[in-house]
Amino acid sequence: MGWFTKKAEIEPQPPLPDIWHVCPKCQAHVFKKSWESALKVCPKCGHHDRLGARERIALLVDPGTFREFGTEITPSDPLGFSDAKGPYAEKAAATVKKLGQSEAVVVGSGNVEGTRVVLAVMDFRFLGGSLSTGTGEKIALAIKHAMDFRRAFVMVSASGGARMHEGILSLMQMAKTCAALQRHREAGLPYISILTDPTTGGVSASYALVGDVNIAEPGTLIGFAGRRVIETTIKQKLPDDFQTAEYLLEHGFVDMIVPRAELKARLAAVLAYRNRV
Amino acid sequence: MGREGEYMKKTNSPGAAAGAAADGKGAAARAPSAWDKVQLARNPGRPTFRDYAARMCDEFIELHGDRLVADDPAISGGLARIGKLRFMMIGQQKGVTTEERIACRFGMANPDGYRKALRLARLAEKWGLPVLTLVDTPGAYPGLDAEARGQGEAIGRNLMELAGLRTPILVVVTGEGGSGGALGIAVGDRILMLENAVYSVISPEGCASILWRDGAKAPEAAEALKITAHDLARLGVVDGIIPEPAGGAHTDPASAIALVREAVSEHLRELASGPTGDRLVDERFRKFSAMGRFSAAKAIKLAP
Repeated sequence: MGWFTKKAEIEPQPPLPDIWHVCPKCQAHVFKKSWESALKVCPKCGHHDRLGARERIALLVDPGTFREFGTEITPSDPLGFSDAKGPYAEKAAATVKKLGQSEAVVVGSGNVEGTRVVLAVMDFRFLGGSLSTGTGEKIALAIKHAMDFRRAFVMVSASGGARMHEGILSLMQMAKTCAALQRHREAGLPYISILTDPTTGGVSASYALVGDVNIAEPGTLIGFAGRRVIETTIKQKLPDDFQTAEYLLEHGFVDMIVPRAELKARLAAVLAYRNRV
Repeated sequence: MGREGEYMKKTNSPGAAAGAAADGKGAAARAPSAWDKVQLARNPGRPTFRDYAARMCDEFIELHGDRLVADDPAISGGLARIGKLRFMMIGQQKGVTTEERIACRFGMANPDGYRKALRLARLAEKWGLPVLTLVDTPGAYPGLDAEARGQGEAIGRNLMELAGLRTPILVVVTGEGGSGGALGIAVGDRILMLENAVYSVISPEGCASILWRDGAKAPEAAEALKITAHDLARLGVVDGIIPEPAGGAHTDPASAIALVREAVSEHLRELASGPTGDRLVDERFRKFSAMGRFSAAKAIKLAP
């Protein structure tokens, strides 16, 4: 029995430092540091992991040039909504605190390789990047700012759709933001839409796919209806690449797919073609 | 806006509430719940687009096709006349017979339908006709072809283009206002709802299965989502409520259609004497900008 009991004498090991990132797509173990320096793109399979709004801004905007506005706009609870998990107001307040962000979008102006633009960058971590009254208001404010200063508007979408907790008023933000875009368009100003994973539901059916130029990251999920809903409705299996950026490119709804590392340079290159003030 | 006040008053009359309670859902002696209204809004005996075209209008000349790929029967439209009022009428068609319902996908449009709607709206702008849209859909169609042909793009494009259309748009939610699929033809200068119509960001069943993890909690979700005409009037989304016959539109379609005709004529006439061109578009923009406008006083209190 001697060496059986010995096992118990082994000291429990302290957990290994969290130095590995496991790619959710190919399961490859990658050094976290090298994964982060690769902009959260898997070096093995090219899977683009989601970025928070601040990380995205750091990626696209020249250092030190971003000026945020609209931070006074925070979530509202127009319906007094509660679900199985409790009041929406508590959930929203906790999310603001946890992320240190006023809503599911960060808006501001900044330079992209020297060109001043107005950006609205969604953050999927904020209640699934859902479009709420606050989010819609911030986006509309950003578009107005772009009009006031005659600047291009760059929208980075990352959203599961409209925020149910704010009911019909969330749906109306689709109309509000698109009405603002229409004015921006009538003013002859460029609108570049960048679609990142995921861009679905009400966001796909409002501002995300109506850019003058639509740019998507590789592998991005883009679609209006959910895959399961469609499969249940039409009673057939959908192709594997259904609703990916590549599928949308093939069907004519995005202009280009640009890997993250090249995104800023490509955005700047496109913006350089704006030939009027 | 005196007329709108009147519609509200009519709807608040005890007759209206008693009528809906007589639906036979065990709702006797109480006002219909949001879930009762969902059932009323979905009642297959309710007037459909075709009934309004044939019985509300004195003339309806249907126009077909999106000029791109198809003619989607789930959205119908054409030149319409009530008395001397001429306008473009566009709306979702749920169908009446089983074959029609299947052909119309129960009123769930493909992108082709939204593009046809936009084509007709632009034609109305060119010819100086106001637009009337009748909204009645569970939602945009969730299908393979719908996605392949750009369901999201089609709806988003309509939201932009309708916001900028330089002719008046009157929207009437006649039955189910199902999410983005409804909104795709529901950007307008005045938005009316029938008394028992509902309009929601997501179906109560869909919301219940996501937030309650139980589709059977749809009645609770319906209540929480605030989807009735009165809720939407309170939230500033709809401008007026069109009363229905006691018991709901399906109990007396002829009277229901007559009430819609009265309201539509009234509002189209008012819109015709209102602002035009850029001013019309500015006011429409302001209308939607005001929806859910942020107010620090009403915001959720955050920990300092």
